[in-house]
Amino acid sequence: MLIAPQVSVICIFFFWPALQALLQSLQQSDAFGTSVEWVGFANFQRLWQDASYLESFQTTAVFSSLVAVLGIGISLCLAYFADRVVRGTVVYRTLLIWPYAVAPAVAGVVWLFLFSPSIGVVSYALNQWGFEWNALLNSRHAMALIVMAAVWKQISYNFLFFLAGLQSIPKSLIEAAAMDGAGPWHRFWTIQFPLLSPTSFFLLVINVVYAFFDTFGIVDAATKGGPGKDTAILVYKVYFDGFKALDLGGSAAQSVVLMVIVVALTVVQFRFVEKKVNY
Amino acid sequence: MIERNRWLDVLSHMVLIVGVGVVAFPVYVTFVASTHTMQEVVQVPMPLWPGSHAWENYTTALFGSHSGATPAVGRMMMVSLITALVIALAKISMSLLSAFAIVYFKFPFRMAIFWAIFMTLMLPVEVRIGPTYQVVADMGMLNSYAGLTVPLIASATATFLFRQFFLTIPDELVEAARMDGAGPMRFFKDVLVPLSTSSMAALFVIQFIYGWNQYLWPLLVTTEESMYPVVVGIKRMISGGDAQTEWHIVMATAMLAMLPPALVVILMQKWFVKGLVDTEK
Repeated sequence: MLIAPQVSVICIFFFWPALQALLQSLQQSDAFGTSVEWVGFANFQRLWQDASYLESFQTTAVFSSLVAVLGIGISLCLAYFADRVVRGTVVYRTLLIWPYAVAPAVAGVVWLFLFSPSIGVVSYALNQWGFEWNALLNSRHAMALIVMAAVWKQISYNFLFFLAGLQSIPKSLIEAAAMDGAGPWHRFWTIQFPLLSPTSFFLLVINVVYAFFDTFGIVDAATKGGPGKDTAILVYKVYFDGFKALDLGGSAAQSVVLMVIVVALTVVQFRFVEKKVNY
Repeated sequence: MIERNRWLDVLSHMVLIVGVGVVAFPVYVTFVASTHTMQEVVQVPMPLWPGSHAWENYTTALFGSHSGATPAVGRMMMVSLITALVIALAKISMSLLSAFAIVYFKFPFRMAIFWAIFMTLMLPVEVRIGPTYQVVADMGMLNSYAGLTVPLIASATATFLFRQFFLTIPDELVEAARMDGAGPMRFFKDVLVPLSTSSMAALFVIQFIYGWNQYLWPLLVTTEESMYPVVVGIKRMISGGDAQTEWHIVMATAMLAMLPPALVVILMQKWFVKGLVDTEK
């Protein structure tokens, strides 16, 4: 009885739709759902041959690796220095964590405003320095824009984990190394960085998941997948094909592909958690 | 002892201040833009100091303009707030109950249900939007709070968290409670719930932000303006292109949309950090 609400919700809104997605991915139906035809794996085959889908894969790969690498790099750097300062760690932490609370779509709007080719402050500055910025026409610029917005939002999260990781490293280890004559740079690479590697790996997985799924709002608000389809990440394409282009079968097949990716990432994450226990 | 290096200390603060500056800059510009008139904002370059029109802009944003050109954000804020609160509270209570059931009761398919809940981790909204939308549409829940919240309130992470926590509660406590004549629900209410308040607070912060920031789902299930959460509403406001967008109002709305979750994070920082670390493990 106690478990009934949870179970009914997951059955109705999780498993049933997931099953539907699986079924639909094997069907071909018209936009009104009046005729349904079983087509086996044709939807998947079509995806495989669809150049725009493969491109979207590529876009997503570029996007998520940029977000993960930049996000982790910058926040590791900030966390290292925040760990170093004797006073004010908490103040800096407070000042750095709040972007986590900003909704992706709002972040997208704000960054769009900053970098809007006609009125944006930053694009004005860039143009002053002789850099032709136009995220509406240049796909590299558009990509840079959503990467920046996504990284900006994710820094706080990574920062918190790195800071916690750094603070849990025993001071005696660092002091011993210092006594042996290792400088700060050397100490970082030989002690702190290796000890942080579980945290880094964990964050890598989380960041990839974030870039895959949680950035829909940023993309939709800032670039709408454009110019052309150059910033249409996979999740955006599922939404676009299913709800705007009404290709239900194709959209469902894409959903299934995404599910496989999530399952793979989750498995990686849990294998890692188990490993860390032995660590 | 670690060597004292003044130069490195200065560098640390420098890097951090630059970092904070870069992180805060977009929001500062947003704030500045929200205090100017339309003309001042769209001129190039726009002024970098706050202007004197904050009051007008925020009231226009909150209550809508006389001409009806901009929708009232106040209403959207209410929708967001209700949605976020319902999601957070429902997630916490549902997972508390199911964790209680899984840990303390023996019933058929206990482990099967546990694994079923576990598997929902692998099915985020984004990968099953199409079919979930159909289910909700069939149940007639479009444009309602039920449609906005119910499909999002199952939580594997929260159930796990509570399960792990309940497993650490010593059996002696259960026996003591039983000896004092407490039934299972009494035990739940008077022992488990008070013990898990800190976990509940931590989860609340995370889930509140999660609920407030939902975008894709509300975008699909709401088609009437009166049911837009603010995050969706703001997106609608910019869809007209640069020329028609009233950026000063949009920026005021952006500030308003950021405020509640940011406040929750900053005021409940301790719980927030705990929540993040707990839910991800």
